Amino acid sequence: MSLVEERISYDELEELISWINHIHGFDFSGYSRASLKRRVTRIMDLHHLDLVDLKGILVNDYVFFEEFLVQVTVNVTEMFRDPSFFRSVKEKVMPYLSSFPRVKVWNAGCSTGEELYSFAILLKLEGLLDRSFLYGTDINPRVLEKAKAGVYPLSNMKQYSENYLHTGYSGSLADFYVAQYDAATINNELKKNTLFSVHNLVSDRAFNEFQIVSCRNVLIYFNTDLQKRVIQLFYDSLCPFGFLCLGAKESLRAFDVTGKFRSVDKYENLYQKIG
Amino acid sequence: MKTCIKKLANWDNTILEKAAKARVLLLGGSAGSSRLIFDLIEQLPGDFPLPVIVIIHRSRKFKSEIEKLLDSKSALSVSLAEDKTKLRQGNVYFAPPDYHLLLEPDETFTLDYSEPVFFSRPSIDSTFVSVSDVYQDRVVAVLLSGANADGAEGLSYIQARNGIVIIQDPADAEVRTMPESAISLCKDALILTDESIFAFIKSITKE
Ligand SMILES: C[S@@+](CC[C@H](N)C(=O)[O-])C[C@H]1O[C@@H](n2cnc3c(N)ncnc32)[C@H](O)[C@@H]1O
Repeated sequence: MSLVEERISYDELEELISWINHIHGFDFSGYSRASLKRRVTRIMDLHHLDLVDLKGILVNDYVFFEEFLVQVTVNVTEMFRDPSFFRSVKEKVMPYLSSFPRVKVWNAGCSTGEELYSFAILLKLEGLLDRSFLYGTDINPRVLEKAKAGVYPLSNMKQYSENYLHTGYSGSLADFYVAQYDAATINNELKKNTLFSVHNLVSDRAFNEFQIVSCRNVLIYFNTDLQKRVIQLFYDSLCPFGFLCLGAKESLRAFDVTGKFRSVDKYENLYQKIG
Repeated sequence: MKTCIKKLANWDNTILEKAAKARVLLLGGSAGSSRLIFDLIEQLPGDFPLPVIVIIHRSRKFKSEIEKLLDSKSALSVSLAEDKTKLRQGNVYFAPPDYHLLLEPDETFTLDYSEPVFFSRPSIDSTFVSVSDVYQDRVVAVLLSGANADGAEGLSYIQARNGIVIIQDPADAEVRTMPESAISLCKDALILTDESIFAFIKSITKE
């Protein structure tokens, strides 16, 4: 196949979306099409499949669907990604949290767990970890397995440590993992109060009440309608004066949230529930 | 809005006619390309008929103020592309550092945090391909100086859909790798000197 061939057209993509919903009960209709098209194209290239093959495999092979799910969504993540965001959480959210008897954090779209453990480290450094609980959710069972294990390639730690240095906390990231051969294992202490489970932002409901909901770099993959619904879900999941954390390129600006959220840091897209 | 091309003697008429029907101008480059891109943006008139999308490789470590600076110097409005906003004439959009920039069929932007392409995020290829999917042959794409092969595949994708494909003459490029990689993939590309690139783009005017 040549590089310039279109593997799947937008019309064919629509068919595939309704087809996947029909067979696997997975609804991608609220996802950004350009990103989906790019991912599906990549999967077809990787596995040398044309559209007919792809459909055939998806209908017959449930294991492949799991693989498809992993590859069609973007799971790229880092510890302390956007250090300035974590600095802002340190300065603007952490002081507030001490007034809550318990701190429950929901990391929605947590991927392989790096973001959740970053929050756990923050809470540890603030002396809040013992009365905290962190829930990590994602649609991908496979990334959740990795999140639970908390074992990452040691080679990634260089970038993560650099990120950590820019958060403004003292010490080093190495205080929080054990390096062995080429793997870094997150300290058990940080894993103690965590739970990872499957939750689909498209179809599942609020399941608890949280002081912090962090959902970063997930909304960009959704269209505006779905974004709106998910923001309502977060609103419903937050306690009064709880905090919502979005990604560096995700804001509530396009939505009317007056009386619901106030902006805590407009550069880092940090919000607080007010109504 | 209908656009037309001022007659330029030594260019083939069909290219000029094709450019007149374009819906977007794409500029891609890496090492050694920014000077040319900034000059061009400063010189484009306020009524330049095509929205402009710029993809330059840059490090996420440096929060760049370049869009603000250019915005004050250009007659067009210059900004970082924002997720889910609509592409509009009168604007120059830069791909934000650390995200790929894609265009949706409804002409809104999507930012994408998937793996870097050629160690680059944003990547030129991913933007070029997604814009081509939306506008087909109504694309003018320019690829400039750079130190890797990003952009070549995107350009050949645009070429296969009959868009206009322009590559900076490697002799004029500070770093030749990017234009040379593209030339080897795009047999029918226009290979232009800096001067001709300026002339060609500025010849796209309102009727
Ligand atoms: C780019 S990662 C973000 C990881 C991390 N939050 C960060 O910012 O680094 C996006 C994650 O969203 C997950 N995701 C996509 N659709 C989802 C949905 N409908 N419900 C829950 N998670 C979803 C993907 O599986 C992926 O792990």
